[in-house]
Amino acid sequence: MIDLLVSLLKGIPATLMVTLGAFAIGAAAAVPLSLMRRSRSHLLRIPARIYIDVVRGIPPIVWLFIIFFGLGNGVIVLSSLQAAILGMGLVSTAYLAEIYRGGFLALSSGQQEASMALGMTRIDALRYVLAPQVLRVCLPPMATFLVGLLKDTTVASTIGVRDVMMYASQQAQGGSGNFTPFILAALLYILLSIPVAVMARVMDERLRARGQAK
Amino acid sequence: MTEMLINWLEWSPQLFKGLLVSVQLAGLALLFGMPIGLILALISSSKNRLVRHIAVALVEIGRGAPALVVLQMVYYGLPASGLTVSAFTSGAIALALTTGAYTSEILRAGLNAVPHREIEAGWALGMTHQDVLRFVVIPQGILFAVPALMGFAIIIFQATALTYTIAIPELLARAYRVGAATYLYLDVLILAGLFYLAITVPFGWLVSYTERRLGSHLG
Repeated sequence: MIDLLVSLLKGIPATLMVTLGAFAIGAAAAVPLSLMRRSRSHLLRIPARIYIDVVRGIPPIVWLFIIFFGLGNGVIVLSSLQAAILGMGLVSTAYLAEIYRGGFLALSSGQQEASMALGMTRIDALRYVLAPQVLRVCLPPMATFLVGLLKDTTVASTIGVRDVMMYASQQAQGGSGNFTPFILAALLYILLSIPVAVMARVMDERLRARGQAK
Repeated sequence: MTEMLINWLEWSPQLFKGLLVSVQLAGLALLFGMPIGLILALISSSKNRLVRHIAVALVEIGRGAPALVVLQMVYYGLPASGLTVSAFTSGAIALALTTGAYTSEILRAGLNAVPHREIEAGWALGMTHQDVLRFVVIPQGILFAVPALMGFAIIIFQATALTYTIAIPELLARAYRVGAATYLYLDVLILAGLFYLAITVPFGWLVSYTERRLGSHLG
């Protein structure tokens, strides 16, 4: 039992690397994507919309296969860890762009209009007025997404990333073929997600309290 | 380019068979998972504290455990405990369990959205608590939950791709097999992606259409 737990713990670095790496890529790349999605120009808006719909319409495991086996077969050769971070990052970009867009929709149009009336440029309005408020609204759904992403990174094991999932199925196949490795793995994933979930709840409560104070 | 299109035409029948398997898996998961979800939703709003806590804990564990972990647990675990089931059956069981945990939260929100005055009206008419649940709360609660349940159906359909790992001949497994035979992984995997989109995109439109229709209907 202890041996089993120790071998599963070896997977934590890879699990965290894929989760946090993909989240970082997504959080950054989703900024321009969500701005494109909101743009008045069709030339920017339509490609962004297609990217978001196509990426979200195909299972993440298929994206990992496309990147690792498809592109890896001669075009761009990546290690399985790199492919997993890139693949999950591309998927996260689409989901986070939609979360940012939701944040923009939550702002009243008065904010933008007031900034324009004060003579701010559109960029300045975005940077000093809109973006800080959008980020605040988006933090709780982003935290929820991060918990979901942590669980979705289990698919990285299918392209050979040595994460918690990988060690669990190795243990199950190598003799101790029963429920135990997976129950332990499930508990580990739940444990890893608790800090984020608690943070999300605290942020959500604070935001609600602030909203009521106004 | 033409070569790829010719290949796509040749592979399509096989991938289509795989798509049917994926759709069947998703259908079975929803068919058996949603009743589990409804029961868990009803129990987790029960007045009995112990029962309620057990249901809430089950739902939290079911939602907290990654779908792939549940899948492999059922696949490797059931035979070890003496039950022999096919890969397809264990895949359907695992996806149904995941569906149960997720839909219970959706259905609970739906049940809670039924206005309390309707329940009181039921009591005032002399209906028993069970009749109020059966004829007033559950039908309306499910109706409120329909758009979210449809959204979840897309998620569970995508999750059927995970059953590739337990050797079920669904869409991704068949695409991978073609790739391994021809070394044209990229071409066949893109085609598989298009097959997934052919289901998820129109269904997504249907979800937003239903959302609008029910929204204007229920106010």
